[in-house]
Order: sequence, then C-alpha cells, then structure tokens
Amino acid sequence: MIRLLYFAWVRERIGTGEETIEIPGELSLSELVGLLAGRSPGHAAALADRARLRAAVNHEFAAWDARVAPGDEVAIFPPVTGG
Amino acid sequence: MFEVRVTAEPFDSAHEQARLAALGPDVGALVGFTGLVRDHPLLIEHYPGMAERAIRRVLDEVCTRRALLGAIVIHRFGQLAVGEPIVLVMTAARHRAHAFAAAWQLMDYLKTEAPFWKKAPTGWVEARAADERARAAWTAR
Repeated sequence: MIRLLYFAWVRERIGTGEETIEIPGELSLSELVGLLAGRSPGHAAALADRARLRAAVNHEFAAWDARVAPGDEVAIFPPVTGG
Repeated sequence: MFEVRVTAEPFDSAHEQARLAALGPDVGALVGFTGLVRDHPLLIEHYPGMAERAIRRVLDEVCTRRALLGAIVIHRFGQLAVGEPIVLVMTAARHRAHAFAAAWQLMDYLKTEAPFWKKAPTGWVEARAADERARAAWTAR
C-alpha cells in the first residue's frame, strides 16, 4: 500500500487530496504516475504533462526514476510557489 | 536559536526581532525580510510535515555558509488578505554581511524548495523561471 497526496491544481483535478493504492512491489515514480493516470479521467488530466509536475517521496523531493515501495508516502504537485 | 514555524496565525516581526536581539552581546546585525500579500487575496496551500522539514533543511544549508548567531523563518498558510504578511526571514550575526546574505539566500531557497502553493482569485500562481535562476545562482557563487 502507498499513501498518495496531491496538492494545488493536481488535487483539484483529481478530486481528492489523498488516497491509497496497492502496488505489487517496488516501482519507479514514473511507473506509479502511469498507473495512477489510468484511475479516472481526472487523474489522467492532472497527470498528463509531467513537465508541469513535481514529486516527493517520504517528504523529500524525488526524480521520476526514484524507486517507491509499499509503505511509502508519495506526493504529486505543481512546482512550488511559496515565499 | 534557529527556529522554523509553519502556521496559519499572523506573526509580529518586531517581537521576533526582539527575540533575536536578546540572544547575546555578540549580536551586531539583524536583517529581516517580510513578504506581504500583494494586489489580491491569496490562498496558501502547504504540505504539512514536508513544509517544516524543507525549510529546516534550507536553514541548515545556509548555516553552513554563513556565520549566523540565530535565525527565524515563519511561513503562513490559509486564506490571506492583501497586506497581510506571508513569510518572515530574520537573521542575526555579528556583522551585516552574513546577516544580509543569509536572509537573501534563505528567501531564494524557500521560493523553490518549500512546498507551498499560492492560489489567486484568477487561479493557481505559476512558478517563475526567475526564482529558479535566483536559486541556482547561489550554488554557482
């Protein structure tokens, strides 16, 4: 099981800020996003353009080739705009 | 005192400055930056947990390069009206050079590394390439 968090317009397009999914084992962030995009039209719309997305695994920014495993917390969001 | 706060509450810059000034007789320079909501109201969304951690990491990194005696970083979230403070970065050092540079560097890092997002009445604010360049310039120096 992976805990997924979405923020800003990613959250709005998907329609929820948080969900959990079962994954068979370790996979890359890229593969995870591909899997998620198939869950609903909202997921597909939110995750279509990876250049506009950033991700974090267990509270650390992570690249698309980073590995994720059951038990991880993965967040997907637009580039940050704080400050 | 190296403090990070992520909060919905307003902050009082004068109060935070007094706390840094009271650190000791070797504090000779205090630099503070306050970011305000400009032009239109903003909703600030954040990633609880990661936000504090990311700011703490930025602060640790800046501290390795600047001789700071203390620093306070506060970032707010929630619905904020025009003129309200969003962010405070305040640094204390023996001399101004370190205090100025650290405050500036902290802000440039926060802009690109702290998980906050701003929503204006017209929609989500887009990240600016200029902020990325400002952040990258510090590692090139």
